[in-house]
Amino acid sequence: MSEHHKENFITKYVFTQDHKMIAKQFLITGMFMAVVGMLMSAIFRVQLANPGESSILYNLLPGAWLNDSGGLNPDKYLALVTMHGTILVFWVLTAGLSGTFANFLIPLQIGARDMASGFLNMLSYWFFFIATVVLLSSLFVETGPASGGWTIYPPLSALPQAIPGSGTGMTLWLISITLFVVGSLLGGLNYIVTILNLRTIGMTMQRLPLTVWALLITAILGVLSFPVLLSCGLLLIFDRSFGTSFYLSDIIIGGEALHNEGGSPILFEHLFWFLGHPEVYIILLPALGIVSEVIAVNSRKPIFGYKAMVGALLLIAFLSFIVWGHHMFMTGMNPFLGSVFTFTTLLIAIPSAVKVFNYLATLWRGNIRFTPAMLFAIGTVSAFITGGLTGIILGDSALDINVHDTYFVVGHFHIVMGLSAIYGMFAGVYHWFPKMYGRMMNKNLGYLHFWGTFICAYGVFFPMHFLGLAGLPRRYYSNSAFPMFDGLSDVNELITFFALAGAIFQVFFLFNFFYSIFKGTKATQNPWKSNTLEWTTPVERIHGNWPGELPVVTRWAYDYSKPGADEDFILQTEPLKEGEIEH
Amino acid sequence: MTNILIVVVVILLVATLVQILRVSELLSEIKNKDVNEVTDKDNNTQGILFLIVGFGFLIFVVWQMVTWNHLLLPPASSVHGTQIDFLMKISMGLILVVFFVLSPILFYFLYKYRGKKSNKAYFFSHNNKLEVLWTVIPTIILTALIIFGLKTWDKAMNVELTESTTIIEVYGQQFNWTARYSGLDNNLGKANFKLVKGRNTLGVDMLDANAADDKMAREVHLVIDQPVLLKFRSQDVIHSAFLPHFRVQMNCVPGMTTQFGFTPTKTTAQMKESEGEDFEYILLCNKICGASHYNMQMKFIVETQEEYDIWLASQENLETKLLTQK
Repeated sequence: MSEHHKENFITKYVFTQDHKMIAKQFLITGMFMAVVGMLMSAIFRVQLANPGESSILYNLLPGAWLNDSGGLNPDKYLALVTMHGTILVFWVLTAGLSGTFANFLIPLQIGARDMASGFLNMLSYWFFFIATVVLLSSLFVETGPASGGWTIYPPLSALPQAIPGSGTGMTLWLISITLFVVGSLLGGLNYIVTILNLRTIGMTMQRLPLTVWALLITAILGVLSFPVLLSCGLLLIFDRSFGTSFYLSDIIIGGEALHNEGGSPILFEHLFWFLGHPEVYIILLPALGIVSEVIAVNSRKPIFGYKAMVGALLLIAFLSFIVWGHHMFMTGMNPFLGSVFTFTTLLIAIPSAVKVFNYLATLWRGNIRFTPAMLFAIGTVSAFITGGLTGIILGDSALDINVHDTYFVVGHFHIVMGLSAIYGMFAGVYHWFPKMYGRMMNKNLGYLHFWGTFICAYGVFFPMHFLGLAGLPRRYYSNSAFPMFDGLSDVNELITFFALAGAIFQVFFLFNFFYSIFKGTKATQNPWKSNTLEWTTPVERIHGNWPGELPVVTRWAYDYSKPGADEDFILQTEPLKEGEIEH
Repeated sequence: MTNILIVVVVILLVATLVQILRVSELLSEIKNKDVNEVTDKDNNTQGILFLIVGFGFLIFVVWQMVTWNHLLLPPASSVHGTQIDFLMKISMGLILVVFFVLSPILFYFLYKYRGKKSNKAYFFSHNNKLEVLWTVIPTIILTALIIFGLKTWDKAMNVELTESTTIIEVYGQQFNWTARYSGLDNNLGKANFKLVKGRNTLGVDMLDANAADDKMAREVHLVIDQPVLLKFRSQDVIHSAFLPHFRVQMNCVPGMTTQFGFTPTKTTAQMKESEGEDFEYILLCNKICGASHYNMQMKFIVETQEEYDIWLASQENLETKLLTQK
């Protein structure tokens, strides 16, 4: 598709095969889901601050979600927690993040006209779209959406008698996630093939920007682990609908003994976390890739230790496949197995530490330009330090005994995975917005958005560690049933205050985003003075990316402030000068 | 009415924002400057903000540690728990040191190296010595931590059955706990979910000779300094038996038996003295199990041998309970 052919509304905005438009489709769907997921969290945070009391926020809920006194009812509280987790993990931070930036950046940064298969790429989005519709429709079924936690452990998720959400709601959840997996596999295969085969002349693997490296490794993780989730889900569908006993055994529910014998819920957990742990890095790595790029561009310095950064990504990805058992230390598995998983888990701290040190070394003696994207990239580094460190507690099986499944975990993963990734996503949006829409997002609103979010997010998630160390389990509808937790209500109120305030700051982002699409100031071709190839394309979107020949690459992506150069950046297409050494 | 008001307020807010943005853009057009360009002034403000807010965050962390310290769990009331607490102190100390070193460096660098148009960054793409150094140091520290952790884990999980070990079953179901004492023979009678009927709520096989002297209870009494082995079963979904004060946690999984052994070191009465009259050892459910997950509890009481003997004698055994009182 080397020429800019005629497009009509449908082929341009709906069934488009242009990777840039598909990226925007993923982004906007992801943003919509992020708003839904965030509102859910606002609602259950209000419940946690004022257990059982009514609130004006509950007006947002469709259907019979309330108890007699107008407060949220316990079943529906669990439904909200479950859907919040599902939406944020899969819809926002997997599809919203990878889907957007893999689609947008891969062809632009490697110098390709489009993805290897534009058609599969389109299919990937539409599977995701249908998955979204199915998931959202489950909010409107009479018995409510899936409510057994986003990890859907059976037997709870298999038995409607155990919790109403495990009826139609769970069926829809499973259908939706099946479609989701198909969509992400189509996308993932496409990303891998594109990166390996469609790099322009001169774009060797050693010259790839770190974003592309991160997206490649993410796609490989996805392709290797999502099929396991699919089979895990299929077996659950069999247990739920066709009377098999893969996960079920020796159960009496609602006064009735079930026929199932010989199955094991632990099998489910193994299969689930074999996806579940790589999934954490599927979420995190694209953000780290984006952050590496944004920090280098805005420090006006090369990323420090490029090879070590790639090596760290590869090592993290490899280790992520052999650590899933740390989610299961307390399942009664053989303690020796626990030891092995503790060992592999704590090893991840090494490449993670290397990444942090390299980010700090990149900032050192830089000439830092604080664009909104840069602020969020810094936010990621800060969250990665703060949240990553508590992983050393949780990954240690002996310590996990007392913090497993408590708010300590909730605090940990919301900071290291949630905040790091969502900040990375914001950084990406602010940074590449000019490329996506040809206009700039407002800088001052971006600043306001960052500071509000940064302060509120730490206000929400840091105190959770203390709740966990006080012994408070997660997924409790209310803490009022145990006198030992009575002292925690102040902490909960503080968290809820910050959560609601943080939600309000997101309005500035949404407003800035949509306003700037139509009314933002016009962007120049290379507004951030970057080296990478996407900034050599014309400001106006064309299908095929470059009007003439494809660019030829002659250097790596990080020649910022190189001695001897006139400017503090050198495009990747600029040939090496005579006698110039490539970094 | 309130809903309409909220909608009106939101619309007004958005309209205000649009106008503010328009004004700022028009102003910049008049001044012939790009409103979205990051100026030296911006870099200065943001750099200083990072210093202030960053250190503000660190102060907030310290404030939480001071203010909420009393909310945290008291020192462990079990032998292995004390070792876990020690490991926790070391690990927590370590990560706090790293946190309080790296975060200030990050925030300080942002302030110190805030950009100026006239400045140029230092081209510094890699340094093998540095990189080896900061790979090797974490590796050494983590190796030590891993070894220490695994030793503690081994001690906590490896149960050696001695003659004085009491075996107690803890049975979870939506949404309560039941305990079963193994009686004089210290052997739990076999159980099967198909036998759950009427008063035999645990499905104990009364044909098994070991079952006759088993005792069911709605609270668990333990003897101070005597080892106990808890055996966990579940009737319906996965529950998790969590005894935070003893540093004990284990999932209860339908279809299998799990276990956790420990030795309590402080009686409830002693804890009441140090922690207040309201103190009780509590078993919580720590795995999402349904609507009343948040209120699934059972009391544990640690007492002296004499108190325990009196209590145990007052509990009827299963044979009497199930077979004779028809």
